[in-house]
Order: sequence, then C-alpha cells, then structure tokens
Amino acid sequence: MFTNFFLELRQARVPVSIKEYLALMEGMAEHVADYSVDDFYYLSRTILVKDERNLDKFDKVFGHVFKGLEALPAEGTTAEIPEEWLRKLAEKLLTDEEKAQIEAMGGWEKLMETLKKRLEEQQKRHQGGSKWIGTAGTSPFGAYGFNPEGVRIGQDKNREGRAVKVWDKREYKNLDDTVEIGTRNIKIALRRLRKFAREGAEVELDMPDTIRSTARNAGYLDIKMIPERRNKVKLLLLFDIGGSMDAHIRVCEELFSAARSEFKHLEFFYFHNCLYEKLWKDNRRRHVDTYPTAQLMNTFPPDYKIIFVGDASMSPYEIAYPGGSVEHWNEEAGQVWIQRMADTYRSMVWLNPVPERHWSYTPSIQLLQQLSSNRMFPLTLGGLDSAMKELNK
Amino acid sequence: MKFTGTDSYVASDDLRVAVNASITLQRPLLIKGEPGTGKTVLAHEVAKAIGAPLIEWHIKSTTKAQQGLYEYDAVSRLRDSQLGDGRVKDIANYIKRGKLWDAFTHAQRPVLLIDEIDKADIEFPNDLLLELDRMEFYVYETQEVVKASQRPIVMITSNNEKELPDAFLRRCFFHYIRFPDREIMTQIVDVHFPDLQRNLLREALNIFYDIRDVPGLKKKPSTSELLDWLKLLMVEDMPPESLRSKDSKQLIPPLHGALLKNEQDVHLFERLAFMARREQRQ
Repeated sequence: MFTNFFLELRQARVPVSIKEYLALMEGMAEHVADYSVDDFYYLSRTILVKDERNLDKFDKVFGHVFKGLEALPAEGTTAEIPEEWLRKLAEKLLTDEEKAQIEAMGGWEKLMETLKKRLEEQQKRHQGGSKWIGTAGTSPFGAYGFNPEGVRIGQDKNREGRAVKVWDKREYKNLDDTVEIGTRNIKIALRRLRKFAREGAEVELDMPDTIRSTARNAGYLDIKMIPERRNKVKLLLLFDIGGSMDAHIRVCEELFSAARSEFKHLEFFYFHNCLYEKLWKDNRRRHVDTYPTAQLMNTFPPDYKIIFVGDASMSPYEIAYPGGSVEHWNEEAGQVWIQRMADTYRSMVWLNPVPERHWSYTPSIQLLQQLSSNRMFPLTLGGLDSAMKELNK
Repeated sequence: MKFTGTDSYVASDDLRVAVNASITLQRPLLIKGEPGTGKTVLAHEVAKAIGAPLIEWHIKSTTKAQQGLYEYDAVSRLRDSQLGDGRVKDIANYIKRGKLWDAFTHAQRPVLLIDEIDKADIEFPNDLLLELDRMEFYVYETQEVVKASQRPIVMITSNNEKELPDAFLRRCFFHYIRFPDREIMTQIVDVHFPDLQRNLLREALNIFYDIRDVPGLKKKPSTSELLDWLKLLMVEDMPPESLRSKDSKQLIPPLHGALLKNEQDVHLFERLAFMARREQRQ
C-alpha cells in the first residue's frame, strides 16, 4: 500500500529496511493510527526514522509523497499581495469606468472568489498580461491593489489542513547533517589502538589466582583481587590548523571527537602548516599562549604515540629552510623539528586528509612522507586502520 | 492500554502516538532529546498512567549487558562451600537475577526503563540485540531458557554521547523530544505550579527563551532548569516587576544559578550585559 513511500524514503537516503516497513504495516493493522493523517505521520516517523538527523529528509519525502492527501488545499496557500505591487498601481488608480467593470463581473464577493482561484494557480509575481494577478495589467485582479491592506487569500478557510503543516514546517532542519563516515566508524578504527593494562585500585576478583592460592592454602579461601583493565595507550594529537586545512575541518573534527571519547590519555596541540619551535592549544590565543615544542618532547615520555593531522601542502621552503614559515621567523627549519620528533617518539604517523592519489603532485607531501619514513596515511577509514596498525607495532 | 499523558506530564501528540505504537506493537522505544526535556520522567509517567510496575536499569560506563540478564556469584558459592552450606549443591542459588530477567518474569506486564544507554561501552547495545528482539535469553549455568511471558514495555533513553549501531536501531522505535514551544511550555509550567501568577510566568518565559537564544551558550537551559528556577522565584517571592526591569545593570536575571550551569556561560552573560551598558552610554 505504501510501497512508493518506502522506496522514496530509501531514495532520499533515509535508512529504512523491510523490517521497519513491516512494522509500520503491523501498526496500521493494529489501528495505532486510526484514520487520522496526523497520527499516521507520527506513527510512520516513529517507526521509520531512527536518528534525528534524518527527520528533515523524512518530512520532505512525506510531504512529497502524500501531497494532495488533503482534499482541500490547506492554509499553506495563504498569500499576501506585496506592498510594492500596490505602490506601482497607485499611479494607475482605478477610473470610475473600471469600477463599473468590476460591478459587471458580479460584484465584490464574486471577484474575491475568482481571485482566490487564480492566486492558487499563480506561483510568481507577474507583470503585464491579462489574466494573472500582477501589476500594470488589465486583469481586474491587478487593479485590486487600490486596497492598501492587500488581499489575504485563504485566511478564512477551515483549519482542517493543519496536519499538512506539521511536516511542511520541517522543524528538524538544522539537525540534518550528512556526515558520511560517522564518528562510530572512526571509533571502531581507533579501537585497534587499545592496549589494556591493569593499573590502580584492586576491584576485580582474580579467579585463577584465587583458585591457585586457595588450593595452596589447604582449601581455605584466599581471595585475590586485581585492578580493572584499562586502556593504557597515550596519544598526542597534533593538528594543522587554518589556511589550506579549512577545507578539511569537518573530518578533523570527527576524528578529534572520536579520539577524545576513546582515549583517556589524550593531549592535543595545534600548529600551522609545518611543525616549528612552538605549538598552541587555543587557536584564539595562538600568538600569546604558546607551548615550546622542546618542552613538549620533555614533558611527554617516549611511550606517547604521535599523530600528526595535516594536509602537508605548502611550499617546500616552509619545511626545508630556516625562516621559511609563512607566519613568523623560524630559527630552525621545519624538517629539523620533525626529525627531532621522529627521534624522540618511536610511534608516529601522519594522517593526511588529501586523497592519496594527489600526493605525488605536491612536493611538500613527498618531503614529509620521507621525513616521517613513509608513515603518512590518508585520513579515510582504511587509512586510519593502517595508521593504527602502524602505531601498534 | 492507551497513554494520553498524565496530570503531571504534558505529552505532545507525536509523543503520544510514539508511546502507543511501542505499547501496541511491543517494540522498544528509543527516546532522544536535549538533556532535561523529560526523557526519563516519561517512563515513570507511562508506568503510572497505565498502572504498570516500573523496573529501572540505569546504565553507567562500566555496565555490561550480561548484568542486565543475570550474574553468577561465584565468590559466595566458594565461601559457602568452605562453610559446608547445603545450598552449595544447587548452582541456581547463586544466580542473581538482573533487571531484564525481572522484567521478563514479572507477573504483570511491566515498563522497563533502560536509562542513558549511550553511557555504556560501544558494544553494549549489540550485546542486547537478541534479548530485546526475542525477549528471551539462555542461562548457561542452569541451562534454562528465560522467556518473557509477556513482552515488557521497554523505554530506552539516550543523550547522544555515542552513536548506536544500526542493527540495534532497527529493532527500536524512535522518538526525538523536541524542545517545547512557548505554548506547550506554559502548559507544562501550569501542571507543575498551578498557582503561579500569570504575569510572573510570562516574564519568566520571556527571559528563559531570550537566554536560550543567546548564541554560544555551552549548555542551554532546558525544561527542568526552568521549573527549578520558577520554584526558586516562588520561594523567594520575586515580584514580576523585578524580571521586567529593562535596566541594563539587571541584565543578568535574578537567581540565574538555576538556569546557567557553567561559569563560561555566566561570563558570556556578564560580557553581554557590559556591552549593552556601554551602548546605552553612547
């Protein structure tokens, strides 16, 4: 019965499956929505939509598929004749002759009714012509404008059409985002990087050890506890920010939010284009609150795993020469700093949001690829997976 | 068994249909929405409205799916065996029932609330797929199958901290509680404070929606915060005029602590108040 609706939803990329469609049929059979369009809309929304991001798409499809479901064109057709049309008409005020013509058409009431019908047919502002409502025309409805209030059409209709408005309002609009690789996938990829260790308070019962020591204790119970398992991986994220990275902000934000909830020991810093002698944590205060890179290498022990995120697209001078930075005078070349990082931290990868097939066209990417000893990976799920494998080595 | 809202809970039409669909079709209902819009309260109210017992299962980051089914208390059994307790012979004495088991075997069809499912480990929802779908599970220790005599009404709330897996979502109905508009908010306040002065309420709602419209707030105040604030205003016996004052020194509403929960937000507000004052002077 509603196959068309179902197929259109799928086409609009609302993830619905046969199972949900059958559930909707079941709901109809059980009379959950009893002959009310409103209730049917709510029911189908509850059953078919599983994420508030899809609500807007759903509303659009629903409005499209069930258009004309109401017998009456609903109050949505309320239109107001704009003032500017009227102003133009002011020059062409009606003559007595014209007013007589109006009378000839059947008087005011009749005129209103015809106007209403025409307005429903008419979509846009219309100038000239002899039928449509507009300015400077000879149609009786154009001449209408001498009423400074304008004419509201459809106002007096009954309110049965309210239901249509519910989905035509599309209230969930700003929740819609078409994130393709959601953070869940990123989290699953990051999970490869878990290394469990037991640290801290002893809260779990160690069964094997308890049995062993109980046996040794001549059968008297000797309970052994061990600390809970925790993810021990420590992560240092360094983000390239600003400039050419602006195009990749979304994917970086996703990576960041996924990593943040997945790891307990996570630190992050920002840099611009290439790593130099200072980093910062707050982009607004990038020139005031800086953090020396040398101090970073002293503060975070070598068991931290380093992830650079950046497009590595810049002039090769910014990497290879002192003073090459676009923002400040750097005493030492970027490559010196990157080399130092590589020497300090055994596990280090570079994630690049630029698609891999374009890498060979940008010399700076190749340069950094060499500097990071071929540990640059594309910022895709596959690339993230291989990067995590690399970090786990 | 139809849910139509209660005298202490205002349910919008769409919420009503969603709840009734999940009761009639016996599917779990997943409820999302801003914090403080009454997700958890809904389960309480549904239970009250249809006269069903409520079983609550609050999820924490350490909660495992297995804990909802049952736990085998090996330590007590070991201890009892040391003391020569006769109960040791029967392993069933050491199986502790979880909330799901309770819900499955309850004499009357209960409402089961699984609260804040997004707090749990990322695999938690996947571990409950079969249990929520078929409403049965297998107890390995005693080799019995626990099957629901009548499918409980399952309500699941989520604050969207983690994405839920598709397979899990497929088995649930979904409802997103929209933030109530002025009209519904007035109804909600009426239900909670019937003797609130009309004009005090109007002024308070104006301020409340103004605050929600301030861009850049870390945590927008929600329904439950509004109710707390109104309660405070009533206890302090604030006159409506004190809310209306357009004096820019008073830009920060009285007793704002109930509305703004974050010192950055309070700072933001003070800054805006300062700017407004400066504009006035010019």
